[in-house]
Amino acid sequence: MRVLKTPFVLATTLFILLFSNGINAKSQEDKKEGAVNTKEEVEEYILHHIKDSHDFHLFSYTNSEGERKHIGFPLPVIVWSSEGLVTFMSSKFHHDDSGHHIVEASGTRFAKLHGKIYELQPGAESITFDEEHHATNATKVLDFSITKSVLGIVLVGLLMLLLFGSLAKQYKSKKVPTGFGRVLEPLVIYVRDEIAKPNIGDKKYRQFTGYLLTVFFFIWILNLLGLTPLGFNVTGQLAVTAALAIFTLIIYTVKGNKDYWQHMLWMPGVPVLIRPVLAVIELAGAFLIKPFSLLVRLFANISAGHIVVMSLIAILITMKAEMGVVGSSLLSFVLSLFITLIEVLVAFLQAYIFTMLSALFIGMAVAEHDHHHEHDEHGHDKVDAEDVRGNYI
Amino acid sequence: MEQLLNDFSPGLFFMQTLILLVLIFILVKFAWKPILNSLNEREQGIQDALDAAEAAKKEMQNVTADSEKLLKEARAERDVLLKEAREIKESIISEAKEQANAEGDKIIKQAQAAIESEKKAAVAEIKAQVANLSLEIAEKVIKEELSNKDKQLKLVDDMLGDIKLN
Repeated sequence: MRVLKTPFVLATTLFILLFSNGINAKSQEDKKEGAVNTKEEVEEYILHHIKDSHDFHLFSYTNSEGERKHIGFPLPVIVWSSEGLVTFMSSKFHHDDSGHHIVEASGTRFAKLHGKIYELQPGAESITFDEEHHATNATKVLDFSITKSVLGIVLVGLLMLLLFGSLAKQYKSKKVPTGFGRVLEPLVIYVRDEIAKPNIGDKKYRQFTGYLLTVFFFIWILNLLGLTPLGFNVTGQLAVTAALAIFTLIIYTVKGNKDYWQHMLWMPGVPVLIRPVLAVIELAGAFLIKPFSLLVRLFANISAGHIVVMSLIAILITMKAEMGVVGSSLLSFVLSLFITLIEVLVAFLQAYIFTMLSALFIGMAVAEHDHHHEHDEHGHDKVDAEDVRGNYI
Repeated sequence: MEQLLNDFSPGLFFMQTLILLVLIFILVKFAWKPILNSLNEREQGIQDALDAAEAAKKEMQNVTADSEKLLKEARAERDVLLKEAREIKESIISEAKEQANAEGDKIIKQAQAAIESEKKAAVAEIKAQVANLSLEIAEKVIKEELSNKDKQLKLVDDMLGDIKLN
């Protein structure tokens, strides 16, 4: 029990700390700002949620004086501007996302537009837009802010360090872990025995298992975190899934053996004329299709899940006129409960698939080909990959 | 697509890469390595224990087979010993019988010889005694005969008569 308690208490403390900070940072806005009552507002709210954000917004309400209160806390903004690295708190934007509120910091002016931070050109007082609503006198800056997603990544990272660090420590004093470690150990064994070993092979799995375990738990915990009302959508960010996919790409490119490159660039056993064609296909497969299949699958599944769950919750509002308060609430509750259950499964499934495909790609790159059955072996590998890909696309 | 590309945040990409890299290194060093090592160690331990149990079982079987073999050998040896003992017994008995027969014969012969010699001695003694008795009787008879004169004369006459006849 002790093992479980430590991270839990820490997480709670951290949350309370952040939350109390947020109450101080709450700001007063227009009466209507942030209220979601119409179909268009619902759509906008969902799309807004899917994106990353620069502050941590929990909920909003209208108080007895008719003021709109936002509960949440600001996060630090770190941007690389023409003046170098500039930092300030996101509360300076006062929840403005339309580019109207200008923040001055370190001698440059910044505005936030659709979740992106723009640096105004010197001398400009406000952003001007062209017909397509693109800013004309401001440029996007490299944004290293601790956004909501970065916060989520850091929290999950710390949580993993705590959980698995304590599990690792347990082995120093006993053979079989107790408490929460007893739950974690089978998961670690599962990843090792069901994902790493069968796809990479008994001889070479060991050096990649660390990466696979990290990625598996990272994605799974973040997926689950996305289902909480905290509203993280980290694994639904293209940048995050792209980074994960590129890690896998780098690993299987760097660790690929001679056979792997030979089969990719100059396929043995086929007519010489076909070899360049196959090389092009294989190269595209290795450097584009494989990483894209990884990053798009995870991104699309998680984003879609969030959109579906939120849309079903929004039935509460959108169907109120047709079905009445009770009817729409009931329908929304039943449907979103059902879909959320499926999403819990999807959270695990996507983590499993990402890790499994990573292991498969690595396994294909490091496989030792038995030269007596070279053709068979290769053909077998291809079938495997296509099979699995076909199942999960 | 344009929307997607627009939503792609290079900053987030950078932060994610950085954090993930750090996370992988720390976790590999402080968590996965010790966890996987101890798991392997434990599994190896279990495997070793199972192997040892299997080996012990085989050893047991060997021992059982050995003891069975020993038992069989012992039984065979016992049978051989019994057979030998029987043979020895029989030979001893027959030898003893022969010896006893021989001894018996010898004793009988000796006895017969003794009896014979005793018989001879007895016969000789009887003869001697008979002779003595005869002499004594003859003496007495003669004395008797010669005690009166008539008779003595008569005897001389008889004897003389006998001699004539001869």
